[in-house]
Amino acid sequence: MSFGILYDATQCIGCKQCEQACAAENGLPYDDKIAGQNFTSANKFTTVLTTDDKFMRKLCMNCEDPACASVCPVGALQKTALGPVTYDKHKCMGCRYCMAACPFGVPKYEWDKAVPGVRKCIMCAPRVAQGKPTACAEICPTGATKFGDRDELLKEAHKRIQDNPGTYLSHIYGETEVGGTSVMLLSSVDFGKFGYREDLTQRALPMYTYQVLSRIPDFVPIFGVLLGGVYWITHRREEVAEAESHEKPADKGGAQ
Amino acid sequence: MTIPKFRFTFWKAVFVVIMVAGIYASYVRFRYGLGASTNLSDQFPWGIWIGFDVMCGVMLAAGGFTLTAAVEIFNIERWHSIMRPTVLTAFMGYLLVCAALMFDLGLPWNIWHPLIMRNPHSVMFEVAYCVMLYTAVLALEFSPIVFERLGWTRAVKAVRSVMIVLVILGVILSTLHQSSLGTLYMIMPNKLHAFWYSPFLPVFFYISSIAVGLAMIIFESSMSSKYFGRELELPILRDLGRVLMVVLAIYGILKFEDFYHRGILRDVFVPSYEQRFFLLEIFLSVLAPLALLSFRKVRDSAQGLYLAAVLTLLGFVTNRLNVAITGVENAVGARYTPKWTEVMVTAMFVALGFAIFGMTARYLPIFPAEKAHGPALPKLAGVRAEEPVLVHAGD
Repeated sequence: MSFGILYDATQCIGCKQCEQACAAENGLPYDDKIAGQNFTSANKFTTVLTTDDKFMRKLCMNCEDPACASVCPVGALQKTALGPVTYDKHKCMGCRYCMAACPFGVPKYEWDKAVPGVRKCIMCAPRVAQGKPTACAEICPTGATKFGDRDELLKEAHKRIQDNPGTYLSHIYGETEVGGTSVMLLSSVDFGKFGYREDLTQRALPMYTYQVLSRIPDFVPIFGVLLGGVYWITHRREEVAEAESHEKPADKGGAQ
Repeated sequence: MTIPKFRFTFWKAVFVVIMVAGIYASYVRFRYGLGASTNLSDQFPWGIWIGFDVMCGVMLAAGGFTLTAAVEIFNIERWHSIMRPTVLTAFMGYLLVCAALMFDLGLPWNIWHPLIMRNPHSVMFEVAYCVMLYTAVLALEFSPIVFERLGWTRAVKAVRSVMIVLVILGVILSTLHQSSLGTLYMIMPNKLHAFWYSPFLPVFFYISSIAVGLAMIIFESSMSSKYFGRELELPILRDLGRVLMVVLAIYGILKFEDFYHRGILRDVFVPSYEQRFFLLEIFLSVLAPLALLSFRKVRDSAQGLYLAAVLTLLGFVTNRLNVAITGVENAVGARYTPKWTEVMVTAMFVALGFAIFGMTARYLPIFPAEKAHGPALPKLAGVRAEEPVLVHAGD
């Protein structure tokens, strides 16, 4: 069973209690100044955006098949069976390929630290492992952020769209984007207004690299034999010359 | 042993200035971290230390596998005499890339982690392994030069006996990681601009690395002839110029077909931020060198070949920087220009490259024995440096 988060922007009142609970859960500072920041950072894993009285949350989408985890050379980022995409700083070597690869620009870096790491929302992996909802879902006073089984949440999202014609866009952001994400969003206004790209591929991103990488095991022996073969053929002249030089005393005239 | 007189030339002064600034920049990097020493940001996590030092560094060192393949595998015997300086350039290039990577990694002391923490689905993992193994292969390909200088004849013979295996291994590893530097970007279909994001990106990276390898050999030979007073190997360079022309033509045609099939040929003529950089790149890397090399006069002259080679190098450096920087700027909504510390560290590695090559050429038998000119090697006790056995990488 894989868990997920369904965020329904129409139910959100912008109280930012999710931000505060997230900071507390992750041991991050939180004050009025940080509450005023409308972007995520190494010190703020989620933020509630406001545009024309409409709200929208930003947090790690915890992709079903995450680009970050697939590109990490040391497996510091992992997609867990329960849903969260976790990070292990002890493995990380700081190449930042995860940041370059993430289609949502989620992973942030501790640029000013001497021993920097990647920071991002990990969908409260330790809480989820204990059977608890994420901190943001638990605190949400209106149920706008809802935690649960991803399949159930998806069904519910479809039902909400169907039952409330005109309220929602008929688009569950995260249902199919980059192959689907554990975090899904419902909204009445364009996701693009909040910086969510609506032109993202529907394919899981790791497939783009896999179609190249998967050819290597076939390529290596074939190319190796090819190169060896070319060597063998191009050096035949010398072999022939050497053989002839041995034969020469015995059959002098016949070789030509 | 005679110590050559030390003369303070203009280039030595430049070298000292770059090194002082570079060392100070290194101090800033390791004392205060990436935030203080770079203009990198959460939107822009990779700058010129990846775009130039690593991606261009590996590309510029491609002459090693190109020439060893040509001479050892394809048996083009007449190119033998330029093997040593080329293998030296490649070996030095990879060492510098590894050193530069230590600057860019946030936790450089964990650089060995891929050895035991494996993620075979990661292109970066594959690149890490290939670069590591290929650097070892280059060290072995280069080792006969050192052994010869030390007079270790048995070691020279031992390496020589497995050389063809090393060369084939080197070509396979190079093919894999030269193309994989392009594959790194395959995961960014929604980030990298369509001018550069293509299903053929790995192929373009591979073919261009061969072109750059050839251009680099021409460049390096020309420089050596100028600064070591060596006779230019013009007949070889003429051959290389022809091969370069063919490789560039193949690259150009593939690029055209790729654009045609993806339906973006028209975009090349629509002014935009990316378009300007793309036109610059394609002019320098393909159009100008091809146009130059198509004249027999240019192909036959030392200056003409040198110019075509330099344009090719500049063109593909622009290409790699476009992939790493220009092509992603608009998608992430941020512009990036390197900080002075980033530029100085990069300049330091380039300067080190020239200096190490110069020093090695002075003290190791890099160039084949020449008639009268050429600096005499200072003798080491017990070494018969004046009659170098004709053993070089791939012998």
